[in-house]
Amino acid sequence: MREADLVVIGGGPAGLCAAISAAESGARVLVIERNKVLGGQLVKQTHMFFGSEKQYASDRGIDIAGMLLNKLGCFNNVEILTETTVVGMYEDGVISVLHKEDVYYKIKPKAVVVSTGAFEKALAFPNNDLPGIYGAGAVQTLMNVHGVKPGDKVLMVGAGNIGLIVSYQLIQAGVEVAAILDAAPRIGGYLVHASKIRRMGVPILTSHTVKEAIGKDFVEKAIVSQVDEKFRPIAGTEKEFDVDVICISVGLTPLNELLSMRGCQMKYVPQLSGFVPIRDENYETTVEYVFAAGDATGVEEASAAMVEGYLAGLCAASKIGCTPDDFDERKSDYVKQLNDLRSGPVSRHILSGIEQIVI
Amino acid sequence: MFEKTGIPSKEMVTGKFPSIERINKGPVAVVECYKEIPCNPCETACKFNGINVGDDINNIPVLNIDNCTGCAVCLSKCPGLAIMVVDGSKSEENVQIKIPYEFLPLPERGDIVRGLDREGKYVADVTVVNVLNPKSFDRTPVITIEADRKYIYELRNIQVEA
Repeated sequence: MREADLVVIGGGPAGLCAAISAAESGARVLVIERNKVLGGQLVKQTHMFFGSEKQYASDRGIDIAGMLLNKLGCFNNVEILTETTVVGMYEDGVISVLHKEDVYYKIKPKAVVVSTGAFEKALAFPNNDLPGIYGAGAVQTLMNVHGVKPGDKVLMVGAGNIGLIVSYQLIQAGVEVAAILDAAPRIGGYLVHASKIRRMGVPILTSHTVKEAIGKDFVEKAIVSQVDEKFRPIAGTEKEFDVDVICISVGLTPLNELLSMRGCQMKYVPQLSGFVPIRDENYETTVEYVFAAGDATGVEEASAAMVEGYLAGLCAASKIGCTPDDFDERKSDYVKQLNDLRSGPVSRHILSGIEQIVI
Repeated sequence: MFEKTGIPSKEMVTGKFPSIERINKGPVAVVECYKEIPCNPCETACKFNGINVGDDINNIPVLNIDNCTGCAVCLSKCPGLAIMVVDGSKSEENVQIKIPYEFLPLPERGDIVRGLDREGKYVADVTVVNVLNPKSFDRTPVITIEADRKYIYELRNIQVEA
């Protein structure tokens, strides 16, 4: 059994910021990441971020990953384990990890920050298992990490920020986007994103859904139809799109089985997109010494995830005895940043969700 | 409709334009940010206090017409690529428009390219008069096109043949 001070599970935007913040406070930090590289979703985000300067607004996600890693690299009290998956968190505080699907061992940390992010929701329709039907995350990884075109002509399902951004990036990669659909009556993502893809000539069809995919060995066609206010397909409104990719971008849901396993009290909160941990204002869950940050506590923008990470890392470090002199100042700065990010109309649902989980 | 299609109405667009008198004096930004989102790099990027967002970063940016020099730095910094610059001072017939353009191939100075509107529809052929792509623009090049004045409220994009 290995001992550790603070373990951060997941090296995405929230986890990296939690590690930086805790390391700055003087805590010994161990970051555990299941992928080969740190950065989480940032490594595929070629677009500029929103927010303000403190959340790296106007920088590109790919570059923000580099900046955070450089910052993290400056500390000698940070250790990083990549290709390592936390497979269990137990009542006695022990966590078990699997390294390269080969070595299995236990770690006993003093505190944990769970920043495991979110995973993509699926969409049920006939033939949705045909090759050529991808989640938006996979399309972004293929294109922006590996430089591989996912196909030649894409139907995007979902007009949230991810659907809009990935559509734009597909066009940048030289792929045609036939249309963007959304079952909702209004575009869910930022309208500046919608406008920039619209002026490339891509139609955005609200109140539309995929009815069926057609193809023998791979997708050759998508049948879409209009939906009524209860999201039921309206007969006779079917349209066909000849596409070789259907990209599904219908939202994310928090990935937090570890928190459930550990016994943290969880609650289903639709505004936060799924089951999320009940927590206090320090991002500590109902299990003492277990903190959570980022999409695992509710799906939101990466800018908020980063600030949540800074805040959770600061508070988790303090909990195990590493409290910096400027703790209060830093904490109130992070709280203010989160309030600023969430004070507008687009975050109203997030705030109404957070109200339900903060104790 | 805007929230269903992503296409702003003509009134929304013209409402964001400075007066023709101002445009005729020299380059000036048009900030097409219609909805409150948490974002303020346009304000941060401007050295001349030409765009104000204010303490609440969800506020819609307001152009400070007297201070804007039309330098186009905000065009490359706006994460929504929502800003363009118009300049009616170069000639009586034509207008010059600067737009952010993040696609390859980049056009070259002197090229004739297809000018598109906010729906992606063809408006008219336009001449590329400048291509700015310095490191500080961080991979958001700014293209200056020249076109007949009558298209001032329509042109918003270009299509470059590979």
